[in-house]
Amino acid sequence: MKQELMLSALIFLLLIIFLASNNLVAETLIKWINVLLLVNFLLGFWGNSSGSLFGNMYHTNALIVFQKNLLNFALLIISLLSYDWLKTHRHYLEFYILMLAALLGAFYLISSRHLLMFFLGLELAGIPVALLANFDLGKKRSSEAALKYIMSSAFASAMFLFGGGFIYALTGTLDFFELHQLASGSPAFLFAFIFVLAGIGFKISAVPFHLWTADVYEGAPVAATSYLSVISKGSVMFILAYLLFYVFNNIIGTWRAVIILIALFSITLGNLFALRQQNIKRFMAFSSITQMGFVLIALAAAKLMSTSALIYFIMIYIFSNLAAFGIIAVVYNQTGSEAVNDFKGFYKKNPALAWVFALALFSLAGIPPMAGFFGKFFLVLAVAGSVNYVILTLVALNIVLSVYYYLRIVKLMFMDAEEKDREIIFVSPLPKIALWVCTAGTIVTGVMSGAYEYIATLVKSVW
Amino acid sequence: MNLSLLIIVPLILAVAGLLVNNQKQVKLIALASGIAQLVLACCLAFLFIEQRKTDRTTFLFQQQYEWFSNLNIGYFVGVDGISVAMILLTAFIVLAGILISWNVKRMSKEYFFLMQVLAIGAYGFFISLDLFTLFFFLELAVVPKFMLIGIWGSGKKEYSAMKLALMLMAASALVFVGITGLYYFSTTHGVHHFNLLTVADNPLPLDKQKVFFPFAFIGFGIFTALFPFHTWVPDGHSSAPTAASMFLAGISMKLGGYGCLRVAVYLMPDGAQFYSNAIIVLACIAVLYGAFVTMMQTDLKYINAYSSVSHCGFVLLGIGMLTKTAVNGAVLQMISHGLMTALFFAVIGMIYERTHTRQVSKMGGLLKIMPFISTIFVIVGLCSLGLPGLSGFVAEMTVFVGSWQRAGWYYQWATILAAASIVVTAVYILRATAKVIMGPVKINNSTGDAAITELYGKANPYWNERAAVYLLAAGIFIMGIAPFVVTDIIYPATDFIMQKLSFK
Repeated sequence: MKQELMLSALIFLLLIIFLASNNLVAETLIKWINVLLLVNFLLGFWGNSSGSLFGNMYHTNALIVFQKNLLNFALLIISLLSYDWLKTHRHYLEFYILMLAALLGAFYLISSRHLLMFFLGLELAGIPVALLANFDLGKKRSSEAALKYIMSSAFASAMFLFGGGFIYALTGTLDFFELHQLASGSPAFLFAFIFVLAGIGFKISAVPFHLWTADVYEGAPVAATSYLSVISKGSVMFILAYLLFYVFNNIIGTWRAVIILIALFSITLGNLFALRQQNIKRFMAFSSITQMGFVLIALAAAKLMSTSALIYFIMIYIFSNLAAFGIIAVVYNQTGSEAVNDFKGFYKKNPALAWVFALALFSLAGIPPMAGFFGKFFLVLAVAGSVNYVILTLVALNIVLSVYYYLRIVKLMFMDAEEKDREIIFVSPLPKIALWVCTAGTIVTGVMSGAYEYIATLVKSVW
Repeated sequence: MNLSLLIIVPLILAVAGLLVNNQKQVKLIALASGIAQLVLACCLAFLFIEQRKTDRTTFLFQQQYEWFSNLNIGYFVGVDGISVAMILLTAFIVLAGILISWNVKRMSKEYFFLMQVLAIGAYGFFISLDLFTLFFFLELAVVPKFMLIGIWGSGKKEYSAMKLALMLMAASALVFVGITGLYYFSTTHGVHHFNLLTVADNPLPLDKQKVFFPFAFIGFGIFTALFPFHTWVPDGHSSAPTAASMFLAGISMKLGGYGCLRVAVYLMPDGAQFYSNAIIVLACIAVLYGAFVTMMQTDLKYINAYSSVSHCGFVLLGIGMLTKTAVNGAVLQMISHGLMTALFFAVIGMIYERTHTRQVSKMGGLLKIMPFISTIFVIVGLCSLGLPGLSGFVAEMTVFVGSWQRAGWYYQWATILAAASIVVTAVYILRATAKVIMGPVKINNSTGDAAITELYGKANPYWNERAAVYLLAAGIFIMGIAPFVVTDIIYPATDFIMQKLSFK
């Protein structure tokens, strides 16, 4: 609970600053907020206890604390990366308040042990994000993105509530522990389960619930996009693993087939659409659909291996995706361009940035020695134990397809001649730190096995 | 000997090369790294021979550390004779490649760094005794090739680079399916292992071997130009810069052959016997088809690339025949082909640097103006067509003798067909030699004295080229005249592989 309290305290602090004063220097304040976020992240590592609250609606343990730390870290990185953009923005304080509120929602979501709490967390984690998506105030596309997000989010919530209501009608409880015992394979229950799953599917933009993704990613400011792609999806994935393996464990045979199907579609369609994208943010949108497909398919595996691989992969995904978004953000801030083709000849003027981007893409593609290789290997290895080799081959060949479009960008940056004269991109210190941390993370978390071992031990100790 | 040195030393020097800013220092560090690798490889070979005299364990110099202990993944290394031979080959080619690319101007820091990453991938692959580590290093070697071809290559380099990267990644994907099969179905008391020795001791049941052998074999086969997945070879080789072509043909294609032996055949011997006939068919097609296609090529690099398809067909043929002699021949052919093609690419690169063309029809009479380079060209051509005294003869002869030993008309016809390709080889090699080396002097349409003045001052090789050529040519001659140097190292290792097979 400490982590939630700290976030709430931060939100109130910012709120008081916002209300109390009206002539603040944005740059100084943002720097201080970043320090606070760093402190918040570091304090998350100790003084945590496990246990339940609110009549078992809320539960926390070592693993959940770790997951929240990961999300805290991702928020810190996003905040550092968007420094240049935020310092010129009129409403930067609101941006932080909303982002923190959404993170608080994500925390409650991860910790929920009751369907109501789950819904509360889901909404709190969702609605502020729609506002974040609207933060490019002058751009119409941004409001369009926000509207699309809020509509599909509301629709997803409705589906989820419908399913949840059905579950309540059938079992008379919304408590996860009791649901775990009462879950049955009856058609009505499966019907309800599918609706719940569909509601969640929207949040992680799994095919066929992915249609909002590309437009929202494209329209929203980069900070909001990276928040959406990393924290929103990560938190829902964490709790989804728990839901499936614990709450719906009785119907594992059914959901496994559904998950495999959804995952295969996500991977394949995400790949196919990513192949020819011309806007780098749309490209990242489809790439993230594919990545989530890989995570989903691991859910079809045995419990312990799958959960540890999933959390490990999300951790690496945070590093590599944020590094990629960081580059997109710094390029966009200076040149205002989001086109894939504008990365042509990028290496010539900005070798360091080009390498950082290339390493991030290698990690996303799963090429050693980057951490993404280990993440993907463990995901697919986990699933190999429980599916047949045809599915396995499909997944493995999809990795090749994804390698194509990641390498395409590397090709543009390193091998193509630049079309117009490109300027040298200046990166201010805070984003630079974030990029360094992410790049170091993508290298270290893989080759050094400590991170995975730690996660695997945590998962074993908790489940 | 500590095998990890083979990874650590190049890694340290590669990173050191990134940290300095002076072009000359970058090159010197790369050279130092190449020499250090060769010294290490020679030490390894020497110590290996010494220890093999008393020690009969399959893999020597074993080292094992836990890596991802929750998944039973370890960093586990050790070498047998085949690995030692491959490491030696790699070290030779790396040093020669670094020497040949001494004059790289553009982005030289990245160039040498990527070359060394490729070398690290190869060393790591050859010493790994853990399937995960092996796979890690296999994939580590793919992207440097992509970058090397795409950035420093010539012609339609982006296309070739992408094609190569995708085909090799697809190959890795198949290998991945193969090793997960080995992981899950070779269990000891319900525990899964990536450890190669444990998997070898607890082989898969036959029906699983039938499923997973093709994955592993085709996967590794793509690396070594298995027909019909050889299409990356000509494009990749011809677009790559000289040193990268040498690495591709000399090292990268050997990863495949080695993997076929070490993973596919060694761990799934029953599967190997089951699919033996199919492999032989594909290998024979590769041998003949490669040879005939080469006849039609007009570009020197394409000639060498397609002849690589043909020559690597012998490797697969030897492996597919599954007799001891044939497998020995396959390993010998890997080494011979590695040295020979690397040297061939080096010579082609040297010619191209001087004449600015690789088209056979645009050159002639080079012997008169660049005698040294032309002599090497002839030597390597003769090696390619299997002249006794050079390495090609030793290797190909061993493959044919081994294949003939396998009883049955099917195998003997395969041998005859494969051996017939040598005639075709002779045709294209001698024709290219005649056109390029002999006859009146002609370079890029300028003939006679004009051509000579054009080349003025560049006809003789520079010290770095000379050193690279001597290095590789020495390898070819040693293998050709005194093959026992290599075979003594290899033979005990193939014995261990053959013991896994139920017939001898």
